[in-house]
Amino acid sequence: MTMPATVAELVRTFKANGRIVIVGASLAGLRAAEALREEGFHGSLTIIGDEPYEPYDRPPLSKQVLKGWVPADHTKLPRLRELDAQWRLGVAATGLDRATRQVRLADGEQVPYDRLLIATGTRARQWPNRTEAALEGVYTLRSRDDAARLQQALVARPARVLIIGAGFIGSEMASVCRELDIPVTVAERGSAPLVGALGGVIGKIATEMQRDHGVDLRCGVGVSSLEGDAGGHVRRARLSDGSTVEADVVVASLGSIRNVEWLEGSGLAAGFWGVGCDAGGRAFDINGVVTDTVYVAGDVARAPHVLYEYQFLAMEHWDNAVFGAEIAAHNMVNLEPDYYPHLLLPGFWSGQFGVNIKSVGVPPFGDEIVFTQGSVKERRFAAAYGRRGRIVAAVTFDHGRWLEYYARLIEQSAPFPPPPPGWDRPDDMNPIPADFPEPGVPTAIPDVVLTGHDPNERRAEFRPRRR
Amino acid sequence: MAEETAWQQALRKASRANPYPFYEELRKTPVARQPDGSYVVSTYRELVQLLHDPRVSSDPRKRPGAIPGADPLEANIIEMDPPEHDVDRRRMTRHFGPPERPHMIADLEPKIRRIFAGLLDDMKGKTRIDVVDEFAFPGPVTVICKVLGVPLESIPRFHGWIETALDGLDFGPEASDPEQQRRLAAVPAAVVEMRQFLADLFDQYRKQPGPGMLSGMAHDNGPEGRLPQESLVNNAMLMLFAGHETTVNLIAHSVLSLLRHPDQLEKLRRRPELIVPGVEELLRFESSVQLWHSRSALEDIEIAGTTIPAGSTIFLCYGSANRDPERFENPDKLDLERPNNEHVGYSQGIHYCFGAPLARLEVQTAVSEFFRRVENPRLVEDPPPYRHNQIFRGPRHLWVDIDGIRD
Amino acid sequence: MRIVVDLNRCQGYAQCVFLAPEVFQLSGAEALTYEPNPDDARRLQVQRAAAACPVQAILIDRLNGAERSVTS
Ligand SMILES: Cc1cc2nc3c(=O)[nH]c(=O)nc-3n(C[C@H](O)[C@H](O)[C@H](O)COP(=O)(O)OP(=O)(O)OC[C@H]3O[C@@H](n4cnc5c(N)ncnc54)[C@H](O)[C@@H]3O)c2cc1C
Ligand code: HEM
Ligand code: HEM
Ligand code: SF4
Repeated sequence: MTMPATVAELVRTFKANGRIVIVGASLAGLRAAEALREEGFHGSLTIIGDEPYEPYDRPPLSKQVLKGWVPADHTKLPRLRELDAQWRLGVAATGLDRATRQVRLADGEQVPYDRLLIATGTRARQWPNRTEAALEGVYTLRSRDDAARLQQALVARPARVLIIGAGFIGSEMASVCRELDIPVTVAERGSAPLVGALGGVIGKIATEMQRDHGVDLRCGVGVSSLEGDAGGHVRRARLSDGSTVEADVVVASLGSIRNVEWLEGSGLAAGFWGVGCDAGGRAFDINGVVTDTVYVAGDVARAPHVLYEYQFLAMEHWDNAVFGAEIAAHNMVNLEPDYYPHLLLPGFWSGQFGVNIKSVGVPPFGDEIVFTQGSVKERRFAAAYGRRGRIVAAVTFDHGRWLEYYARLIEQSAPFPPPPPGWDRPDDMNPIPADFPEPGVPTAIPDVVLTGHDPNERRAEFRPRRR
Repeated sequence: MAEETAWQQALRKASRANPYPFYEELRKTPVARQPDGSYVVSTYRELVQLLHDPRVSSDPRKRPGAIPGADPLEANIIEMDPPEHDVDRRRMTRHFGPPERPHMIADLEPKIRRIFAGLLDDMKGKTRIDVVDEFAFPGPVTVICKVLGVPLESIPRFHGWIETALDGLDFGPEASDPEQQRRLAAVPAAVVEMRQFLADLFDQYRKQPGPGMLSGMAHDNGPEGRLPQESLVNNAMLMLFAGHETTVNLIAHSVLSLLRHPDQLEKLRRRPELIVPGVEELLRFESSVQLWHSRSALEDIEIAGTTIPAGSTIFLCYGSANRDPERFENPDKLDLERPNNEHVGYSQGIHYCFGAPLARLEVQTAVSEFFRRVENPRLVEDPPPYRHNQIFRGPRHLWVDIDGIRD
Repeated sequence: MRIVVDLNRCQGYAQCVFLAPEVFQLSGAEALTYEPNPDDARRLQVQRAAAACPVQAILIDRLNGAERSVTS
């Protein structure tokens, strides 16, 4: 018997009789399940999710849902094919035993698997002071229920909303508040909005954008404490510069926490930045050895990226969840040499203050930025990020149609600065420092993070300083 | 004499009915230099790439040796680059679609339906019809006149000017034929007349506002101001022109392609909703704008192993890219249900067809009504005679025998 | 019905907005927003929009009924 025949035989048998379990019933989990069936997997498929809802889409939550146009329960994801899966919704996975290949559920049940996909994503970082976080009127935004509650709070037309953290989601929420003509204060510990993701140069533009739209934006300040009234409703926030903000709705938008706690003791390389895996989605164990049975996709995954010096990349992006899920699904039901790599060029969009912000690549990997097209003044432009003479990322404001030009340059590691356009040149086309915060300077955590070369990084837990 | 290139052969009048074998040859060199120093892009990937490349200009005035004022259409959006292009296009879009007028085109549906129904009614009692002259032409012309606010009585006049302009342009080896030279010589006078006609119309609308986009544009006080008189006229000319010559060809070609593919027609009859993806496929299959000529490289551009030197004219061959087997499986097969049909029949990037939503609505209505009501249509002549123009490629006549018109 | 727009692919051509203005909207010049679960009565409009999208960024539910109802 020849080897290829054996491999083909193994694959065929597994596709017919294998048992696959997916933990996390959201974007990555659903798309992986669909892709598995598309790949011809006919075995048993179990999808476990701790939320009581079938998979829904999160990006609308901070945009059209919060605005009140679309109800929070109108975000259910379209189904691209029949799944014939067993859904275990409303029950969390609480443990993983790789020796017996079983997932333990909160209700005590053990679910056996031959292949496991970890797609547990992230959750919102809560306001660190529990008593203050428990005040009425204090919110975070990650889930459908969060969005419904917050939207209700906005319908009640609060006198002022305070948003803590000006990352993408915080900024989008501030934009919605202004569209609804609700007074809003944004407090950001970094030097500007979006500074972690796009750097200080773009952050300055985001600053002006927010202020032009009437946002009371305060940068370089933290919120030290929240104060409630006798009824236990939040009324006021004290800032690190000694000032106070009267607000009856407070939204903590402090970034996210990877849902990896349930993997404790599993021996996988799981930590602060998620679960380490190879570029094919196969999880690493704690010693940096790749596993054959456990796969990772979506927000909870971190994998080395060829374009970024093989550093492990953690991406909280929609297309990373979709594409990563498809790759992991393919590799779960195939064997070498038929593995696919997850070579996605990271991409992101954000609609805020009537402007479409898009990026490709990993901006924080760059240390220089150059405006390449359009007009900063009119907030219609393209800019490229460079590092050591190579282009590594690009961002556009209402210039999305040009983005794929930059994407191609990034894929080719083309020289930085890129050749000038033939027309519509910005006034100043000299590269300048992109002005990303030094590591360790507190700011909203960007949603694409270079997390180093160690598959099993064990950095200390990030804790906002308390005063 | 050197042998003609595939491109030159494709442009010959004799190839008009079927340029595809030459395109196939052409695609072997995705970006092919021509003897006159221009570059032809025939493959999907490279064409889309150049549509998103900011070193490519659409403005013929930026080519070396361009004669100022030689192109009568200058200062319309199709021949402009950002930022002016974007500003002017937004000034026009305010009168056509979202964000300011999201409902305008969708609301035209009943009117468009009536126009095409009327044309079919007029065919009652006939046994032979010319799909071009009796259906594909009068429909879109009436629609664009209504949208713009151009009086219907003037159709014969401006149609004559446009035909003259179309017949005068030739990018192929036959351009130097004396007959063609004579046609070219007739173009400037036609342009002058058309320009004057539209300028007069704007004067009239400035005094007395009326229905339609032109009046709206002449009176606009939008955030970015009004188009200057020159641009108003030039863009009106562009819309009047692009607004029907292209649509005419797509309707005629759709009828032709479906009669040539009875299996697809049968499918469409069984599942009328297929008209929606179907018209996209029909456009991919026979692209109404076969090529675009006005682009040039402002810097040296490296692409597909070639360097297009700064200053070179670039021809984008949409008709070939839409048949590129690297992008479309079985590209020479008409498949109304083709998945992921990202064709470039309306281009891509910032010059993406302004009128596409209108064109879609018209062609979907026209083609579905045609096949619903015309009894037993049969091609009389295959291939039909084609128009001279290489860009706006389409049948000049399309004779079809019919058994009658249903109600 | 259910849809999702891959907004990384979307280039803001607004073809969908022309065809189904109640479902797709522009916020500013280029930022697309939409109703992810529009009323079934809009299916034809939405299918038109999806077919028209130049970059095929609009994904529509391909499942009618059956598996929709998820049980735990
Ligand atoms: C408000 C908001 C706006 C956003 N906007 C954008 C945007 O504009 N552009 C963009 O690219 N991205 C955006 N994102 C990010 C995008 O939504 C995520 O990248 C995407 O949801 C990731 O999908 P996922 O399936 O990996 O993870 P998640 O969506 O986080 O899903 C993980 C699921 O697993 C469940 N789970 C966790 N632990 C367990 C357990 N132990 N047992 C069982 N189930 C568990 C969770 O409850 C959750 O349902 C936004 C996110 C939010 C919250
Ligand atoms: C089937 C019908 C149509 C087809 C196939 C078509 C095709 C095209 C193509 C390919 C372009 C891009 C040319 C380029 O720069 O490379 C274009 C641009 C344009 N079209 Fe159409 N078109 C059609 C109908 C219409 C209609 C009905 C209008 C009416 C308003 C119109 C108005 C325009 C305008 C104004 C532009 C220039 C846009 C710009 O440069 O920004 N078109 N069209
Ligand atoms: C009213 C209609 C039009 C008239 C009268 C007209 C006339 C002309 C004339 C006289 C020229 C110069 C010919 C030359 O350079 O040898 C020209 C150039 C050109 N025009 Fe037009 N045109 C008209 C509409 C259009 C439209 C609508 C298009 C395309 C949509 C178009 C495409 C071109 C092209 C491709 C050239 C050649 C440019 C070049 O060679 O650099 N024309 N036109
Ligand atoms: S048609 Fe497609 S590209 Fe255009 S706005 Fe709609 S989704 Fe985006």
